[in-house]
Amino acid sequence: MAAAALPGTRGHARPSPRRPVGIVPTAVLVLGAIYTLFPVSWVVVAATKSKAELFSTSTFAPGTGLLSNLADLFAYRDGVFWLWLLNTALYAGGGAVLSTAVSTISGYALAKYSFPGRNLIFNLLIGGILVPSVVLAIPQYLLFSKAGLADTYWSVLLPQILHPYSIYLARIYAQAAIPASLLEAGRLDGAGEWRLFRRVALPLLTPGMVTIFLFQFVAIWNNFLLPFIMLGDDHKFPLTVGLYTLLAAGANQPSLYNLIITGTMLSLIPLIALFLTMQRYWRTDLSGGAVKS
Amino acid sequence: MTSRNKSARAHRAGAVPYLFLAPAMALFTLFMALPIGYTVYLSLRRTKVSGLGLGKGARKEIFAGLANYAAAVGDGELWAGWLRVLAYGALVLVLMLGLALVFALMLDAAHVRLARLTRISIFLPYAVPGVAATLMWGFLYLPSLSPFGDHPFLSAGLVTFSMANIAVWGGTGFNMLVLYTNLRAVPREYYEAARIDGASELGIALRIKIPILVPSIILTTVFSVIATVQVFTEPTTLRPLTNTISSTWSPLMKVYRDAFVTGDLYSAAATSMVIAGISLVLSFGFLRIVKNHAFGGG
Repeated sequence: MAAAALPGTRGHARPSPRRPVGIVPTAVLVLGAIYTLFPVSWVVVAATKSKAELFSTSTFAPGTGLLSNLADLFAYRDGVFWLWLLNTALYAGGGAVLSTAVSTISGYALAKYSFPGRNLIFNLLIGGILVPSVVLAIPQYLLFSKAGLADTYWSVLLPQILHPYSIYLARIYAQAAIPASLLEAGRLDGAGEWRLFRRVALPLLTPGMVTIFLFQFVAIWNNFLLPFIMLGDDHKFPLTVGLYTLLAAGANQPSLYNLIITGTMLSLIPLIALFLTMQRYWRTDLSGGAVKS
Repeated sequence: MTSRNKSARAHRAGAVPYLFLAPAMALFTLFMALPIGYTVYLSLRRTKVSGLGLGKGARKEIFAGLANYAAAVGDGELWAGWLRVLAYGALVLVLMLGLALVFALMLDAAHVRLARLTRISIFLPYAVPGVAATLMWGFLYLPSLSPFGDHPFLSAGLVTFSMANIAVWGGTGFNMLVLYTNLRAVPREYYEAARIDGASELGIALRIKIPILVPSIILTTVFSVIATVQVFTEPTTLRPLTNTISSTWSPLMKVYRDAFVTGDLYSAAATSMVIAGISLVLSFGFLRIVKNHAFGGG
């Protein structure tokens, strides 16, 4: 019924003042936003409450204990919380940079060259999407143990570099963003393949790389299973595993609840800040070849 | 030059593409192929204890055939775990993808207000780690802290719903964004023509937008099924707050317990192969059913 646009109907696309405000869609979306913001706003308010206030004052009444909660948290086990925060930044930042580099050059090679085995390699790499993480995490731990590398930073960093979905995105993006004629022109000028990649392809791929970096950064930041299995020393924990151990230690001691709540609140800040400042790069579809602002 | 046009799209350059792909292939071999192979190997082995099992050489690793698989398939606790995850997964899939679809359609509807603000808000939980989300909701479920009154959210009867809520909260935004991105790519003229034909907004959503979204809905469903089958973080994090979640609540938790608490790597390996097999069967089975119903038909 809507195969093609009729000529001359474009003018109707402009919202006319006589049309009603979409009350139903707006209301549904506002309800959805209230649902998603509710626990986040609760944890922010709860983190300001002192031990006594947490259980006595009404839910959304701000308390007076924020500074003492922060002081308690940073004093906990000689400030191990800071270490968790730094570790997480290291795992997520380092892992995402390496992952973006590997994905970009792989995606570029798969998109812009034709060579025997291209489809096989692509399918092998992409097939990893379907492999459940558990099938990998436990044997990865055993293999790292044999190599004497379990419970090290490497054991968390290395397995998270290869990310099938990022390679897939990088390939799609490279296909759309790099005109073959540009590479051909470079070749006629006598540029080598590596130089072409560095000087011609890389600048065109940068917006897609930012998106890949962000997705991978969040995936590693949020990962729990792999560091939970790999690490035993709490000085190497990321935030997720650290907060879990905090809860496991404090679940039956309500006096520790303030610590856990404050830690949870602080753990949200870096990612939400990254998320809000990088709005325009959060795209699930890179085939457009450009990032819209 | 015309004869070269065909190869211009994908250039042939000898060893170069292989060099460019070498890092990815090295990582694939070390951190994917090798661990998978090792899991298969372990799943076919067992420990043989001779004598009292004391002293050197009393414990030997021997070939076990499919015995570990038979044990995994015959394990009642594992099946109970599958049933729990099935109930949980059905709730999560229906609610999460249903809400994601509704929100995506509402964002794309005509005359919607506050679209940007609500879109960012609903996507926000994507930036919240599963552990943090579980901690927040876990405290909100505790009767001593809950603003929802004195309901036993973590009792045996409600814990599945409470856990599903955490996953729905965390996953709706991302799926909404996938579907919404897809909708934005549709030329607006499609809808204008339908409006001129007298179609209502609801009619446009049902008859034009949802059919356009079918491939994306299938894709998000498959990824959600794979994630749900492997549920681990939420029940593990919620466990310290309640005694209604056992250490083998989900199949993956049982694998973890077998491997690291009980120390039986061989049955853990077999069980994780079974989990992998079931998630593959579920996702491919789903794709097949959908293909036959939606695209095949004749």
